Amino acid sequence: MATDAPPPQGSTDNSPAQPTTEVFVETQKSAEFAELRRAHRSFAFPLTVGFIAWYLLYVLLSSYAGDFMGTTVFANFNVAFVFGLAQFATTFLIAWFYSRHAATKIDPKAEAIKSRLEADA
Amino acid sequence: MSAAAHSSSLVLAASSTTEHRPLIISLFAVFVAATLAITVWAGRQTKSASDFYAGGRQFTAFQNGLAVSGDYMSAASFLGIAGAIALFGYDGFLYSIGFLVAWLVALLLVAEPLRNSGRYTMGDVLAYRMRQRPVRTAAGVSTIVVSIFYLLAQMAGAGVLVALLLGITGDTGKILIVALVGVLMILYVTIGGMKGTTWVQMVKAVLLIAGALLMTFMVLWKFDFNVSDLLGTAAEKSGHGKAFLEPGLKYGATGVSKLDFISLGIALVLGTAGLPHILIRFYTVPTAKAARKSVNWAIGIIGAFYLMTIALGFGAAALIGPDEIKAKNPAGNAAAPQLAEYLGGVGTTGGAVLLAVISAVAFATILAVVAGLTLASSSSFAHDIYANVIRRGKATEKEEMRAARWATVAIGIVSIALGAMARDLNVAGLVALAFAVAASANLPTILYSLFWKRFTTQGALWSIYGGLASSVVLVLFSPVVSGKASSMFPDVDFAWFPLENPGLISIPLGFLLGWIGSVVSKEEPDTDKYAELEVKSLTGTGAH
Repeated sequence: MATDAPPPQGSTDNSPAQPTTEVFVETQKSAEFAELRRAHRSFAFPLTVGFIAWYLLYVLLSSYAGDFMGTTVFANFNVAFVFGLAQFATTFLIAWFYSRHAATKIDPKAEAIKSRLEADA
Repeated sequence: MSAAAHSSSLVLAASSTTEHRPLIISLFAVFVAATLAITVWAGRQTKSASDFYAGGRQFTAFQNGLAVSGDYMSAASFLGIAGAIALFGYDGFLYSIGFLVAWLVALLLVAEPLRNSGRYTMGDVLAYRMRQRPVRTAAGVSTIVVSIFYLLAQMAGAGVLVALLLGITGDTGKILIVALVGVLMILYVTIGGMKGTTWVQMVKAVLLIAGALLMTFMVLWKFDFNVSDLLGTAAEKSGHGKAFLEPGLKYGATGVSKLDFISLGIALVLGTAGLPHILIRFYTVPTAKAARKSVNWAIGIIGAFYLMTIALGFGAAALIGPDEIKAKNPAGNAAAPQLAEYLGGVGTTGGAVLLAVISAVAFATILAVVAGLTLASSSSFAHDIYANVIRRGKATEKEEMRAARWATVAIGIVSIALGAMARDLNVAGLVALAFAVAASANLPTILYSLFWKRFTTQGALWSIYGGLASSVVLVLFSPVVSGKASSMFPDVDFAWFPLENPGLISIPLGFLLGWIGSVVSKEEPDTDKYAELEVKSLTGTGAH
């Protein structure tokens, strides 16, 4: 592999046997891998667009809609404050949501391909 | 975010701080002694390059999550955000949100594939399917530039902190402190490597969270746990009334300042996942799954911390008031320590102890962050530039580690020199610049490398150098450097770029250049290598 310096003597950074390039190319073309890629991309990409848009909405409202953000919701809490806390809440929620998706939909597929490739290599 | 203020503003009423000096210094000495002991212990176990660069990849997800938080929550977050909220109310809170949301980019797109396909540095992933030498050089240059800007900010912040907390205002004193911080960070990194640095960051994260938790509890106690009452009192005392709780006090003045805020907001949210000292932390855990879990821990810890800054900032505004905070430091950087003294009881032993504890925590914060930054830049020098470019991959592990240690010493000396010169500069611009450069030069290349089949060497180079150059040049000709009273050079004016943060221009430019550079490139993208990278990054096959 050209990426790294050749493994020097005495290294404890043992990496498992590396499959050949042909194996990687074949795997990449396989339906099983396409499914894994889709499980990641179809979840992570739209979610990324979503939370960035949600965050930008917050930034833009803070800049250009001061009156709206200053509207009282209750007691001394205004829309801006609730909106800010909502950004915290959505961040925690998305992190949890993605991790659950990854554990159930991504990890098993990835694990299956990995163990097959490493067993064959 | 500003951990420092301008020199002219450092006229201090130091009477109360000088009394507590012995206590603060002894607590600080305890922290230094403890962390040095950890470092020596970690150093004894650091034998291979994997130990030095990646802590042997043996840390648990929780340990790394703590260390990531310790690496991320700089003095700027602690003192700067609390101070900004205390003086500007709601606008200070906006920083916290950008800094936190940014972690989702790291979680969803970067942490796991990076852990799966890289070995020690960001350059490992960027250069994976490209021509090694030019791309590794670019990755190394960009890593070192981002880290040095960030380091400078922390070093300059250290000088200001000392002035604030110990009442040392003379130049010699500040230079000495910058030198001390520099020497300590060289020791942490050369002796302890990634293992030692990770433990220092964990200790610091626990101290910082404990300190913030204690103060938050005490503030809320004063208001009978009625947050609305806290906000109301803060607004009343601020002299701004309701406007204190609304956006706009700091950034809402003009059309330009509004654009500046948007630029800052974009740089914050896209910068985190391109910061090299954060990225290399993902190599310290055994698997991508553990990298994911450590980001989740970090999101929880950092989120909780930023929520507490709300109580600290508004608490300082309500209990101390803007006049007293500004009297101590016009940028508000002393608000958190002032609040600590107030909560413990001004003039009492309790107040002195709490002030000393919080001040020592602030020092610990700076030390842990500079150690992480130094490690990131020396790793990249040794692994990307020395081993793979200069020695063309023929260096032995021993030689590579020796190069990393010497690079640490060199970077340490350079930072001490620059930090001593920059001791009076406004560091807000430097930290924001580090985020903007990371988002413009590193993030586009990381994302294209991982997810875009047609990305080429030329695209990577255009994106890294274009993002790097445009962000640095725009800052050079911005009000951060010249033309305003708060600039680095207030007496001259060569600023033609109106925004203090270049992100609004340089980040889209970095993405655009990566795309154009690839499509006009004569060379065909290496599709075999991409197959290798894509399969590895998603499955972890053959991961180190």
